[in-house]
Amino acid sequence: MAEIKKEALLAMYDRMRLIRTFEDRVADLFVRGKMPGFVHLYAGQEAIAAGVIAHLTDRDWITSTHRGHGHCIAKGVDIKGMMAELYAKVTGLCKGRGSSMHIADIGKGMLGANGIVGAGGPLACGSALTAKVLGTDQVTVCFFGDGAAEQGTIHESMNLASIWKLPVVFVCENNLYAVSTPSSYHCAAGEICARAAAYNMPGLALDGTDVMAVYEASGEAIARARRGQGPSLIEARAFRYYGHFVGDPQRYKTKEEMEGYKARDPLEVFKKRVVEAGLISEAELAKIDIRAAEAVEEAVRFAEESPFPAPEECLKDVYVSYPTEGGDL
Amino acid sequence: MTTRTLTFREAINEAIRLEMRRDPTVVLLGEDVAGGATLPHLEAAGGSEWGGALGVTVGLAKEFGRGRVLDTPISESGFIGAAVGAAVTGLRPIAELMFVDFFGVCMDQIYNQGGKFRYMFGGKVQVPLVIRTTIGAGFRAAAQHSGCHYSVFTHMPGLKTVVPSTPHDAKGLLITAIRDPDPVLFFEHKLLYDIRGEVPEGEYVIPLGVAEIKRRGKHVTVVTIGRMVHTAMEAAEKLSKDGIELEVIDLRCLSPMDNRTILQSVKKTHRLLVIDEDNPRCSMACDIIALVSTQAFDELDAPPRMVTAPHTPVPFSPSLEDYYIPSVDNIVSSVRTLVS
Repeated sequence: MAEIKKEALLAMYDRMRLIRTFEDRVADLFVRGKMPGFVHLYAGQEAIAAGVIAHLTDRDWITSTHRGHGHCIAKGVDIKGMMAELYAKVTGLCKGRGSSMHIADIGKGMLGANGIVGAGGPLACGSALTAKVLGTDQVTVCFFGDGAAEQGTIHESMNLASIWKLPVVFVCENNLYAVSTPSSYHCAAGEICARAAAYNMPGLALDGTDVMAVYEASGEAIARARRGQGPSLIEARAFRYYGHFVGDPQRYKTKEEMEGYKARDPLEVFKKRVVEAGLISEAELAKIDIRAAEAVEEAVRFAEESPFPAPEECLKDVYVSYPTEGGDL
Repeated sequence: MTTRTLTFREAINEAIRLEMRRDPTVVLLGEDVAGGATLPHLEAAGGSEWGGALGVTVGLAKEFGRGRVLDTPISESGFIGAAVGAAVTGLRPIAELMFVDFFGVCMDQIYNQGGKFRYMFGGKVQVPLVIRTTIGAGFRAAAQHSGCHYSVFTHMPGLKTVVPSTPHDAKGLLITAIRDPDPVLFFEHKLLYDIRGEVPEGEYVIPLGVAEIKRRGKHVTVVTIGRMVHTAMEAAEKLSKDGIELEVIDLRCLSPMDNRTILQSVKKTHRLLVIDEDNPRCSMACDIIALVSTQAFDELDAPPRMVTAPHTPVPFSPSLEDYYIPSVDNIVSSVRTLVS
């Protein structure tokens, strides 16, 4: 901890707080019927996105999952555009066509949340291939869940990234459940990080509720990728507070298990540590909390006041160009 | 621009070569597209001459290096998805799917990722990707290496589909496809690779969505695709001796489709026959007949007809496979019914 600069600690707390505030507010708005569709919330896993993405710039890429809000926010995606997208408004980042599961912002290096579990692996190999072919030092981080770890795409991607020495860091966010199916059941090897050996890359497991541990381990993996030394696998274990989606009754979890999460809340653990160590004052943290609350409220106002897309917008942007009559080019 | 004769295979190779010379962001990836990656005796000889399962990309690794001509593991989801990811971040990848029948192991990356990104992301990305793949029966390759299946991709919004029938068109359409900002599926019929035809030197493009009338005729409009263009032309020759003149339209591009050329021809001939090597249900044949029936019904003097493969997988035994593929005789007999 002592080796992490205060600015970096503050920046990571800022991202974690913004994610938590955003997600709590979304949960509240969703149950009040403000948003159509479904939302899968990232609350409880903030330390992973914040700790990993702290090492990236806008030029670096990430691929994400159906639980993508945290990745977006950590990558600096505009939360007004995100909130408006969740509201299905035309001012949303995807003009109301995407939804929670498809938020993307290429300018910020965010290659999209993804509704298909495990789909981000091959895409991450692709952006990493771009960096390699063009000779840049851009790194791609592929976030995926423990459920996705059982998809062939993830295995194919780890192998491909390794044989081509692609600048990818695979970050498995093991939140212990694929919907309701425990990873202890669906993962034959027990530990997902053990698979790194099969693909000839470094692999380690860590406590994904500890942002400093995430920061340190991912910093090393990202630096390695940037140096052209190829991919790594990090398995970060954490808990998803709202279940698979908002409305999930989580009957597959016991009360004790849910209570146990509280003692390991990534934000509370962080606060306690930095305050006790005298690194950051409570007042400094409180300032960040207030700023996050204000930013989220502003995003909600923006989303509320924005219009829905005009119905005929449905027909746009399937292609860049597409002659519909033949000969009209 | 001078013209010489090339095979269909050579024309495709030349299109890729010219585009890779012109644009350093064009890369080629697929199984064995260079061949023998890392084997020292091949590296010493300046690269492999394997050039893909059917030898289409031979010599490209030698000219452009293995950094731009990438042999992949047999991981179709992995490398097709990588091509999508590369396309949205600044490359123009050409991915080779060895046989179209293999789409079953990578379709998510094609239609759910590549085909939907632009739309889902509010029009804020482009996916300039080409997936080249081989199609077609007659190669004695049996059910999992012989289908056409282009109708499946034509059904998917966000994808463009191209099926050339001649070396000239293969080159011009592939150059267009590589430069196109959208994902294009480019279907190469295996039995066309060795046909020869005149191909201009240098770069030229053929716009997508423009059919070509291969033969003018007044009695029946024949809309056809890929290798079936040649079968249709043979039938037209035969029927011409009996005074029946077919107007043969080579569709060339299925999505976007040249509706106008089809409809204008039907307005002249008042009869429609579609010849398609793909399976008949939910097919291009159905689609074209639906187009004409809904937009030019009053022009028709007879119910439209189709000659297609049967609704079966492609069989192995030559006696079965030859029955499966639409033949000149099938076409002649269908035309006779249509004009009677």
